[in-house]
Amino acid sequence: MYPSSEEIKTNSIYTQMGLNNSEYNLIVKHLNGRLPNYTELGIYSVMWSEHCSYKNSKNQLKKFPTTGKNVLQGPGEGAGIIDIGDDLAIVFKIESHNHPSAIEPYQGAATGVGGIIRDIFSMGARPIASLNSLRFGELNTARNKYLFENVVKGISDYGNCVGVPTIGGEIYFDEAYAGNPLVNVMALGILKHFEIQKGVAKGIGNSVMYVGAATGKDGIHGATFASEELSEASESKRPSVQVGDPFLEKLLIEACLEVIHHPKLVGIQDMGAAGLSCSSAEMASKGNVGIEMNLNLIPQREKNMSAYEMMLSESQERMLLVVEKGFEHEIAAIFQKWDLHAVTVGEVISEEVLRLFHNDNIVGEMPVHSLAKDAPVNNRESKIPEYFLKNQCVNYIPNIQHTSIEFLWKKIMAQPTIASKKYVFEQFDYMVQTNTVKHPTQCDASIVRIKNTNKAIALTVDCNSRFVFLNPEVGGKICIAEATRNIVASGAIPIGLTDGLNFGNPENPEIFWQIEKSIDGMVAACHAFTIPVIGGNVSLYNERSNTGAIYPTPIIGMAGLIEDLKFITTQKVKNVADKLFIIGNTKAEFGGSEFQKMMEGKIFGNCPDIDLKKANLLNSSLIKAIREGLINSAHDVSEGGIAVAVAEKLFDTNFGAKINNCSNEDDIAFLFSESQNRFIVSSKFEKELVEIFGDNIFLLGEIIPESKIIFGDNEIDLVELENVWKNSIEKCLKN
Amino acid sequence: MKIAVLVFPGSNCDQDMYHALKNVLKQDVEYVFHTQTSLSAFDVVTIPGGFSYGDYLRCGAIARFSPIMKAVKEFAESGKLIIGVCNGFQILIEMGLLEGALMRNEGLKFVCNNVDLRVVNNKAKFTQQYQENQVINLPIAHGEGNYYCNNSTYEQLKSNNQILFEYVNNPNGSMHNIAGICNKAGNVLGMMPHPERAVERLINTIDGLGVFESFLELKNQ
Repeated sequence: MYPSSEEIKTNSIYTQMGLNNSEYNLIVKHLNGRLPNYTELGIYSVMWSEHCSYKNSKNQLKKFPTTGKNVLQGPGEGAGIIDIGDDLAIVFKIESHNHPSAIEPYQGAATGVGGIIRDIFSMGARPIASLNSLRFGELNTARNKYLFENVVKGISDYGNCVGVPTIGGEIYFDEAYAGNPLVNVMALGILKHFEIQKGVAKGIGNSVMYVGAATGKDGIHGATFASEELSEASESKRPSVQVGDPFLEKLLIEACLEVIHHPKLVGIQDMGAAGLSCSSAEMASKGNVGIEMNLNLIPQREKNMSAYEMMLSESQERMLLVVEKGFEHEIAAIFQKWDLHAVTVGEVISEEVLRLFHNDNIVGEMPVHSLAKDAPVNNRESKIPEYFLKNQCVNYIPNIQHTSIEFLWKKIMAQPTIASKKYVFEQFDYMVQTNTVKHPTQCDASIVRIKNTNKAIALTVDCNSRFVFLNPEVGGKICIAEATRNIVASGAIPIGLTDGLNFGNPENPEIFWQIEKSIDGMVAACHAFTIPVIGGNVSLYNERSNTGAIYPTPIIGMAGLIEDLKFITTQKVKNVADKLFIIGNTKAEFGGSEFQKMMEGKIFGNCPDIDLKKANLLNSSLIKAIREGLINSAHDVSEGGIAVAVAEKLFDTNFGAKINNCSNEDDIAFLFSESQNRFIVSSKFEKELVEIFGDNIFLLGEIIPESKIIFGDNEIDLVELENVWKNSIEKCLKN
Repeated sequence: MKIAVLVFPGSNCDQDMYHALKNVLKQDVEYVFHTQTSLSAFDVVTIPGGFSYGDYLRCGAIARFSPIMKAVKEFAESGKLIIGVCNGFQILIEMGLLEGALMRNEGLKFVCNNVDLRVVNNKAKFTQQYQENQVINLPIAHGEGNYYCNNSTYEQLKSNNQILFEYVNNPNGSMHNIAGICNKAGNVLGMMPHPERAVERLINTIDGLGVFESFLELKNQ
C-alpha cells in the first residue's frame, strides 16, 4: 500500500523522492489546492528532476547559440537536426548514463546506447553511427577494472546486436572518476527532410498508442536516481537501473522507420527517462492539448502492476505514438509484422491535463504544462573555489634530470589515457552498415559516408576535463577548439555540436561556478567558430559521498561535413617524399597535462592558454590547404603533446621520422607541452604552406624509411614504442 | 540471375548484403522476409549476418524454425547456391546444411577487425576467382565464430575439399583455423568473415568481390 495524500504531506514523504518543501507546495498550487496522491507525486518528482526538467541548468543552457542557417531542429526534441544538402539532414545527440553505469555497469552502459539510438529514430532518422566518451578511475583497482570491462561489454553487446556501428570514442582514466564513472554515448542518424518527426500530440480525439516492449518494474525512478549524489546506499537502487534488449530495439527501429511513412502518424516520442510520464506529458504540453490514458491497457510484463509503477517504469525499447483516429489498425499492423506490441491506450483531449485511469478510477490528473515547460527553475548560488585561486598562482615547469627522453617517451605512450584503445575498439562492430570510411586510429575524427552521395560526415567526441577543472572557462573553450581540430584535420568543416554536460552537485556553489564558467567558455568558442549547439544532455550530482565530485566534464560531440570524399584526410604519414610540419606555437604549458600527471601523480597550476581567434584562423587555413590538395596527413596535437602526436602519425605505417626541436623551448617542453592550436601535417609543398600559414608553420623534420624516431641524439625504436602503446591497457587489466 | 537476401527479426547485415549485390555488383536482388515460404523465383539465396532472434538461446537456433526455412532446405537439396555469412553461417549449421559447430570465441570477447585468410580450395563455386593459397583480407565481426567439429567430420571436410578459407592468424580459436566451409555437394557456403563488407575500396579491401564474382561467373558459363 502506498501512503495517502495526507500521510505524504504530514510525513514529508516527498523528500524521499528528491522534492523539497517549496516544490511540494508548488505542486499543490498546480493542483488547485488538492494534495497529490502517491502516483502524482512520483510523476512530479521525475518530471521535475534535473534529468527531465534541467531545473538547475536551464538558465545556463540559454546562453548557447542554437540556431544557424542549416539548423532544422535545435534543442527541445529527441535530437537536433542539421541540413547537409541534397534534401538530406543529419540528426545527432549525446546522452549520459552515468549513475546506472556506476551501479550496474553492463546494463547501465547498454541501455545508454539504446536510449540515445531511440532518440535518433524517434525523429524519423535511421541511426548510422554511435560514439562513446568514457571516464573511469585508474586501472589499478579491481572495482575500476570491473567497471571498465563491463561498460565496454555493455556497449559492445547492445551496439553490435542492434546493428549500429560504434565508430569512435575517447576514454580517460583518472582518480576523479573512481567513485562515479561517466558513460556518455552519442548517436548519429540520417533522414530526408520530409521524414522529420516531432514528439507532439495534436488533434482532439486522436489516439495515443503504446508500442514496443511491455512495461516492467525496472528503472522505476531512474530519472530521480540520476539526479542525486551516489553513496553506499546507491547499491540498493539497483532496481532503478533499466535492463536492455537490443534485439527488441532492432525490431523497434525497423518498425518505426516504416511507420513514419504512414500519413496518419501525428507524433512519436521515445519513452526514455521518466518513461510513460515524460513522453505523454511532453507530447501533450508541446501540442497544447491533454492526454487521457487507461493504464489497464498498458502491456505489462508482470501482473498487478500499480499505476505508480507503470508511470515511473523506465523499461526500455518503448515508444508513444499519436495516431489519427480510425487508423490505429493500420499502424498496429506495421508493429505486428515485427512482433511488437501496439496498443491504443488513450486519446488526445482538449483540456490541458494528463488524466490517468486505472481499474475504472481516476488515479492522476495533472495540468500538462506544470509537468513539462512550467517545471520550476532554480537559480543556484555560485562561488569561486579556493583551489582555483590557488592554482592561478602556480606556474609548473617539470624538473627533469637524469631521465632519458627515450624513457619518458615510452612511459607517456603507456599511460592508459594515451595508450591504444584497441582492446575496447575491437569489441565494437565499427563496420556494420558499410559506411565507416575511417575509424579514429586512422583519422582524428571517425568518418561515415552517406550512401548515394559523394559526401561524408566526420564525428568526434572530446573533453579534456583536467583543463576544465583547473580553469573552467578556458577549459570549456579548449574542449570545443580541440573538437574542431579533430574535425578539420579529417578534412571536414564543423557544422554543429551536441554537449554532454557532466558535473557534480549544483547545490554546491563551487560546483555551480564550474558549470557557469565552463559554459561561458564553451559559448565563447561556439561564437568564435560559428558552431550551433543543436541539443545535449545535462548530468549533475556526479559525486560520491566519500570521493567527492568528478572533474567538470562537458563532453563535446561534434559533426563535420565533408562535401567531397576526396577531402578525407588521415593521421598517418604516406611517403618519404613528404616533410613534417608543425602548425601553431609551442610554449611550456604543463598545467593539467598528461606529462604533469605522469610525473607528479596529480594535476595543478593553470591550464594552457587558448586564443580562439587564432584557432579559427588556423582551422580555416588548414581546411584551405586540404582542399587545395597540399596536405597528405594531418593530426591534432593534444594529450601528451608532440611526442604522442608524432608517434601516432607513424604507428601502423612502415615509416619513421627524423625530427628536431623547432620551438624556442627546451626539449621536454617541445615534446610534452600541451599548448593549444597545434597540428602536425605531412606535405611536400613547403612553399605553398608557408604562404597559407605564414609564421605559424614550422619545419619539424623528415619522414624516413626506417621504423624509428630520431630526435637529436635520441633514437627510439618505433616497433618497441608501438608495442608499449598497444599492450598497455591489457597489461593494466592483467596486473 | 536473381538473388534473395533473407531477413529475420534481428538480421543486421541484410542491407549491407543487398547494397553490395545491388549497387556494387549490379545484380537483381530482393529481400525475402522470414515469414515467406517460397524461394522459387531465385537462383541464389544469401543469409546475412546479424543477431537473428537476438541470438538468444544459441546463435541461429531459433531462425532455423522460421517459415522460410523449409524452402531454404529444398533450395539446398535442389543444388542451387546458398551463402551464409556470420550469423548466416551459424544458421546453416543449426539447420544441418553444414557440419560442425560455432562456439564462443576463445578469448570470450566479440572481435571486430580485418584479418588475413588463405583460400584453401579455389575450385569451389564460391572461390574460383581466387588463386590457390591466395591470401585475402576480409573483415570479421563476431562473438561466436570458433569453429569446431569432430575428427571424422574434419577428415571428411578435408578429403572432400570442403574447407574453403582458413585464418592466417587465428582470431577466435577455430579448429585448424577454419574460417569458411561448404557442404559436400559444394552448393552451400558458410563463412564467418564478411565478403559483403569488402567490395568497395572506399571503406575496406575489395577482397570480398571474389566470392560473389565466382558464382556470378558460373552463370555466364
